[in-house]
Amino acid sequence: MTITLDSIGENKKAKVVSISGGWGIRQRLGCLGIHPGDIITVKRSAIMRGPILISIHGNQVALGRGVARRVVVEVE
Amino acid sequence: MRIALMGQPNSGKSTIFNHVAGYKAVTSNFPGKTVEYTLTKFNLFGQVIELVDLPGTYSLTSFDLAELEARKYLLNSDVDVVINVVDASLLSRSLELTLQLLELKLPMVICLNMIDEAERKGIKIDIEKLSKILGVPVVPVIAVKGKGIKELFSTTYKMGEKKKIGKTLNFSKDVEEVIEKLSAQIKEKQISKEFNLPERFLAIKYLENDHYFMENFKSRDKKIFKEINYFRNLLKEVHGRPSDVVISSERHHLSMNIYESVVSLTKPHASLIDYLDNVLMHPILGYIFLALIFYLFFNLVFRVGKIVEKPLLDYFYSIIPLIGKSINTETLLFSVISGIIQGLAGGIAIVLPYLFPFLFGLAILEDLGYLPRIAFLLDVFLHKIGLHGKAIIPFILGYGCTVPAIMATRILESERDRFIASVLATMIPCAARMTIIFALVAFYISPQAALAIYILNIIVIIISGKILSRLLPEVTPGMILEIPAYHIPSLKVALAKTWLRMKEFIFVAWPLLIVGSTILSLLHYFQADTLINHFFSPLTIILGLPLVVGTTLIFGILRKELSMLMLIQALGTANIVSVMSTTQIMTFTIFIIFYIPCMATIAVLWREIGSKRTLFTIAFTFILAIILAIITRFVY
Repeated sequence: MTITLDSIGENKKAKVVSISGGWGIRQRLGCLGIHPGDIITVKRSAIMRGPILISIHGNQVALGRGVARRVVVEVE
Repeated sequence: MRIALMGQPNSGKSTIFNHVAGYKAVTSNFPGKTVEYTLTKFNLFGQVIELVDLPGTYSLTSFDLAELEARKYLLNSDVDVVINVVDASLLSRSLELTLQLLELKLPMVICLNMIDEAERKGIKIDIEKLSKILGVPVVPVIAVKGKGIKELFSTTYKMGEKKKIGKTLNFSKDVEEVIEKLSAQIKEKQISKEFNLPERFLAIKYLENDHYFMENFKSRDKKIFKEINYFRNLLKEVHGRPSDVVISSERHHLSMNIYESVVSLTKPHASLIDYLDNVLMHPILGYIFLALIFYLFFNLVFRVGKIVEKPLLDYFYSIIPLIGKSINTETLLFSVISGIIQGLAGGIAIVLPYLFPFLFGLAILEDLGYLPRIAFLLDVFLHKIGLHGKAIIPFILGYGCTVPAIMATRILESERDRFIASVLATMIPCAARMTIIFALVAFYISPQAALAIYILNIIVIIISGKILSRLLPEVTPGMILEIPAYHIPSLKVALAKTWLRMKEFIFVAWPLLIVGSTILSLLHYFQADTLINHFFSPLTIILGLPLVVGTTLIFGILRKELSMLMLIQALGTANIVSVMSTTQIMTFTIFIIFYIPCMATIAVLWREIGSKRTLFTIAFTFILAIILAIITRFVY
């Protein structure tokens, strides 16, 4: 089942399927180690639909809600 | 020999640079603190070496201005050796930049920094194997402790002499074929000569649709553009993904493969500091701690400052009458001497007692790595004024000094965001204005009144932000920000950073202060100040302020702290409450906080956002200051 990263609960894992956005966002996420096929753990989700904190390849990255919505993932 | 430090943000480039240069480049624990390059010269093996600290960049395809600056420097200046600084605890990701740097075919050394941190995380790296795979020397370093720095530079020097170039690693077969064909075309058209870059590097950048290189030749050669499009579509058809994703995935896999072959994972040692996020980034506790930390921080600054301010001020003001006993107070000489003493006193007794604890506290928060956490917590609120979380970093730096705050807006991706953030940053009370709030309002009225000014200031910034984002209704690109691991701040580094920032006050503002005091004394002696005060009287009258305040407002544009110190001098007493009512003190402070940015800020605004927008900022803040000051006059 594919959903977007912003709808994943805290402490859940998901696998990146694709990034639905333009060249800029794809490249910027790629630079931080987020590519199709990578496993992301959602660590925190801020209140009031704020950003989410993810863990990727042992590193923490904060993604704004709008950005997270562009990341299509698959839950195992 | 010219050596450039290149690496991903927060990998420790500036820390290494400072080992050689002394504390010259500001270091902090947040990605993107270095936004322009810093140069230093030093002697190594009898030769003058030029070392450049470049802003961090995740890849050689650049998005923000700081990254662009790094790439521009690397591609256009004659760099003899590159030191690729790598955060060992983030090796797999960092290798993606390393692979791109190898494509540039420059002599290179890899500085594997923070190996202690990597080992703590359970990552053990086979250094020899890594060096063999990449074909360049790899030097393990712990930059904060100064370990391995000597070896790093002697290895770098040798590489610069030998001019040995590392290996170029290959992608999958079909992708390599495309790259090869495109490289041949580029070679034929001699584009690589124009850019002075290897063909393979250019071919990959074109396949990645790098905007800089695309723009630069769309106009020149339509034919090769067609070729590029053909190859990009070919990759897209075969892989079912856009060509830039194909390349970045290839690079990612290559990095992962290298990572897996050189790293052996052991059990990580968790330390107490890793649990800090359980409270500091907690959805509720996080905000409570944020408020508490800043409340305690300002309280501490005020208490420390107050203890020191009063006795020092009393001391200096007891000297002047003593001099009056030996020199006639009516003479020019007395005017000059008392002017100089008051200038000195202003610096020592009023500014430094608040400036030092504030800058030191800020340094500790920065080095700990708290700033990116604040960006995470406040992202939601910043969206309400049309910005995103990262904009909080220039704002917080703005409490220190507006100039670096405006420079820091370079970490924002869109031009609109940078403009809004720059205008708002000028309104944040910098340390100079903080001394006015503390030494005037908190000292003479009450600490609560000072707190009220800070709260009012934030409210005004929010409203201004709303107005500006209404005027420019573009959607902010959204936050993508790395949250680095906490580091226990080093006292030595924090003090060095505080000193670096205080130097600005001691060597620029203070002399100006003494000169300013003397000029004011002379103006007063020749009674020229009444003329200036008369000129400003329409302004001082609507604000309900004493006429003598007029002259001090000019000095305030030079340096914000001058206006208050000049106020004391113009009034002829340090006991301001005896000549000004609390309403007048409040009105004066509010006006000073918001009106026209100081000279240094105007200069940096001019460079960063252009002349028109700078003039807009000046007008906007001036009108805002008048409105707010009038409201204060009648409401407070």
